Amino acid sequence: MKKLSIVNQIRMNLKTYTMIFALLAIWLLFGILTDWIFFSPRNLSNLFRQMTIISFLAIGMVLVIVTGNIDLSVGSVTGFIGVVAAYLQSILFAKGLPALFPQLTAQSIAALSTALTILLCLVVGGIIGTMQGAMVAYMGIPSFIVTLGGQLVFRGGNLGITQGKTIVPIEESFKEIAQGYLPNNIGLVLATAVILIIFVSFLWNRRQRKIYGFSLKPLSVDLLKAGFFSAVMLFYVLIMNQYQGVQNPVLLMAFVALVFTYLTNNTRLGRYAYAIGGNKEAARLSGINIKANIFQVFIFMGLLCAVAGIVLTARVAAGSISGGVNYELSAIAACVIGGTSLMGGEGTIFGAIVGSLIMASLENGMSVMNMDVFWQYIIRGLVLIFAVYVDVASKKNR
Amino acid sequence: MRGMNDYILEFDKVTKDFPGVRALSQVSFSVRRGEIHGICGENGAGKSTLVKILSGVYPHESYQGRVLFDGEELKFTGSSIRQAIEKGIAIVYQEFALVHQLTVGENIYLGREPRRGGIINWHRLNADTQEILDRYNLNIPFSAKVGSLGVGQQQMVEIAKALSEKAKLLILDEPTSALTETEVGALMEILRKLKEGGVTCIYISHKLEEFFRIADALTVIRDGMMMSTMPIGEARTEEIIKMMVGREMTERFPKSKHQVGAVVYSVRNLSTYDPADPRKKLIDNVSFDLRQGEILGLAGLMGAGRSELLTTLFGEFGIHTEGEVFIEGQAAKIENAREAMEKRISFVPEDRKKQGLMVKDSILHNMSLPNLSQFSSVLWINGLKELRMCQEFVESLRIKTASLLSVVDSLSGGNQQKVVIAKWLMSRPRVLLLDEPTRGIDVGAKYEIYKLINELAEKGVAIVVASSELPEILGICDRILVMHNGRAMGILEKNDASQEKVMTLAMGLPLNGTEER
Repeated sequence: MKKLSIVNQIRMNLKTYTMIFALLAIWLLFGILTDWIFFSPRNLSNLFRQMTIISFLAIGMVLVIVTGNIDLSVGSVTGFIGVVAAYLQSILFAKGLPALFPQLTAQSIAALSTALTILLCLVVGGIIGTMQGAMVAYMGIPSFIVTLGGQLVFRGGNLGITQGKTIVPIEESFKEIAQGYLPNNIGLVLATAVILIIFVSFLWNRRQRKIYGFSLKPLSVDLLKAGFFSAVMLFYVLIMNQYQGVQNPVLLMAFVALVFTYLTNNTRLGRYAYAIGGNKEAARLSGINIKANIFQVFIFMGLLCAVAGIVLTARVAAGSISGGVNYELSAIAACVIGGTSLMGGEGTIFGAIVGSLIMASLENGMSVMNMDVFWQYIIRGLVLIFAVYVDVASKKNR
Repeated sequence: MRGMNDYILEFDKVTKDFPGVRALSQVSFSVRRGEIHGICGENGAGKSTLVKILSGVYPHESYQGRVLFDGEELKFTGSSIRQAIEKGIAIVYQEFALVHQLTVGENIYLGREPRRGGIINWHRLNADTQEILDRYNLNIPFSAKVGSLGVGQQQMVEIAKALSEKAKLLILDEPTSALTETEVGALMEILRKLKEGGVTCIYISHKLEEFFRIADALTVIRDGMMMSTMPIGEARTEEIIKMMVGREMTERFPKSKHQVGAVVYSVRNLSTYDPADPRKKLIDNVSFDLRQGEILGLAGLMGAGRSELLTTLFGEFGIHTEGEVFIEGQAAKIENAREAMEKRISFVPEDRKKQGLMVKDSILHNMSLPNLSQFSSVLWINGLKELRMCQEFVESLRIKTASLLSVVDSLSGGNQQKVVIAKWLMSRPRVLLLDEPTRGIDVGAKYEIYKLINELAEKGVAIVVASSELPEILGICDRILVMHNGRAMGILEKNDASQEKVMTLAMGLPLNGTEER
């Protein structure tokens, strides 16, 4: 087996480079336009925290789009689960738990309330994903329609729970999910541990390849790669530590992104999803259970909406009727910017994360500039259309 | 004009080359005005190339020689098939180009509706439609939706559409392949009327009996060469068949020493119904046995049901099937690909790009797709084991590629085909079903595939190969099952089989005397 030449490798990763270049260009632009306020540790800290909610949705959306489907309900579902969380916290558990367990201290009640809220929200998300997935996969209703209907259904559910009012208060421990920070030294310890893991796994991988008799890249290339990832991460932690530390939701996002990267690359579920989007007929003839796979993908999407909803309510510290509005647009845009093809079969979690960062940077930058909200809407809409155009145009050229 | 030249169409030494293939070679023949002229030839003889030259798909610079229509050389530029229609050449294709949701009239005038001030003149359209239908005695209501008509009537709509353009020459390409016997009768009747009305007709088919029923003259082509043109009165069945198939066995086939063992796979009374028309059987009561290490050929002309048979055996065709399958004596129920794979049956489909490959994905992912369970648990795919196993198959099948991670799209046709075959060999099948395993690949790659098939048979795999290339079937198979209209016409032993015999059975004709099994 010959090795891929450097030129070919660069060409293969061209999409990734363009994406990162676009991100840097947008940052530079906002830096200039905002007199470098955009780059203050405080703003960067906010920016990364903002991007997490869209990231959770984009991670699930990659899988949905890869199988050749779409989910337009993620914004509404996120908002719905967000108010479910608020309702559980400030109404049901606030009154119910002390009555049920009078012997517990207020602190224990709060902790129990938060734990139960998280659990129940995940259950609700799972059920929503199950229902929508069943309709798409087993009843054969196009996902576009199921989730377009779902968008309104869950927007209605949101109104029903909130009765049009904002639900407060939220437990402090729950808010920590989105508003908390890792103490500086713990952040550093964690970073060091991850750096160690990166290097060990690179070396482990080399050893395995050797055992199985494959050719190896030069050690220097692997070390350089591992070093680069480590440096980026360390740099991030140091900048964040200048403000208040690494944000809890960013940590959560990194964890979820890793899990789903693994899922897409190293499990049958992921492989089958790409095969279905790549060529449905070939997938069917290869004995893949297409319905079951699409069903599972929608369940994951529902669970990720739950995570997004939990983080949303924790961040705004309230359940509100406007939560999650238009998130589906940002999530889909993030996927497409990150190289996910709307024709199915192509897309990466890493791309979706960078895409989310680009979308969040746009929003954040425009807010810092004090741009009128109507302009923000218009620009975000146009960015989605432009991103899809780039995808379509690059397909035609090949 | 008529006195000067009695021929409406003349081919004069027409040669058409494709990269690596000569599709037509010095073809010359003439069609008399007002006759029904049959053209017959095997699959791939060059019939469709002829049609595409006449329809203007291949512009006149792309071939050598001249085509004269009404005494005038055709010089289509290839920009649009309108040019042929304007000249008066109309073609009714095998696959109808009709919009099911529109009415008969709307279809006939699609894209050239009579208009008044930019608005469609419906009265005019309906009246014109009725007039055309009446003139040729086509018994279809002009306001019916085309989707509600049967196949035979749809074809009449196609013919009416062609005639409405004032066609002088009507070309019918395999017109009866989708028709029932009564519908064929009706079509013949219409053609006779058209002939009386002075329309010349070219009738392309591989069903000999139809020529005897309707044609005035017959031209036989083989491998892009004109074999003969004769008045139908002088045509003899055996001679035509000989002309169609008398091909030199130019392709080389590798020697094989595989041993045929005990019966491992039996099919009894298998029937499959057309998903589009539940009354029609696409596979009609087929039975055969397959032995260990045996290569069984599946021969037949286009539409005989070879692919349908294989897809049915793999559990992925149609909604309604009847009959039984036994694997090593045990009755097996196979209703989808998963169940077939559990029984260790593999199927290499006919169209690699549509059914076999994710062309934008890597060789690795394509090859491992049906076999992931071999190196994965629910939570983990052993990527290195996967790599190593795929690497083994890339080497043993001699797939030429820089890396397992290369995109399949970047490979040559032959190597792509090997990837599809590799994908299905990794599951270590007992029974391997191959549908056109060498379609669209070059001679060298074909030879390698034949070698591979032999190697598998030597290892004891029972193999069924469906192919439209007769020499291939005769060259590699131990026995040959010949199909016609979904029925098994007979099974020929290798040393008893000849191209003539296979072709005779494939045309639905009986073999003479004792040769029949």
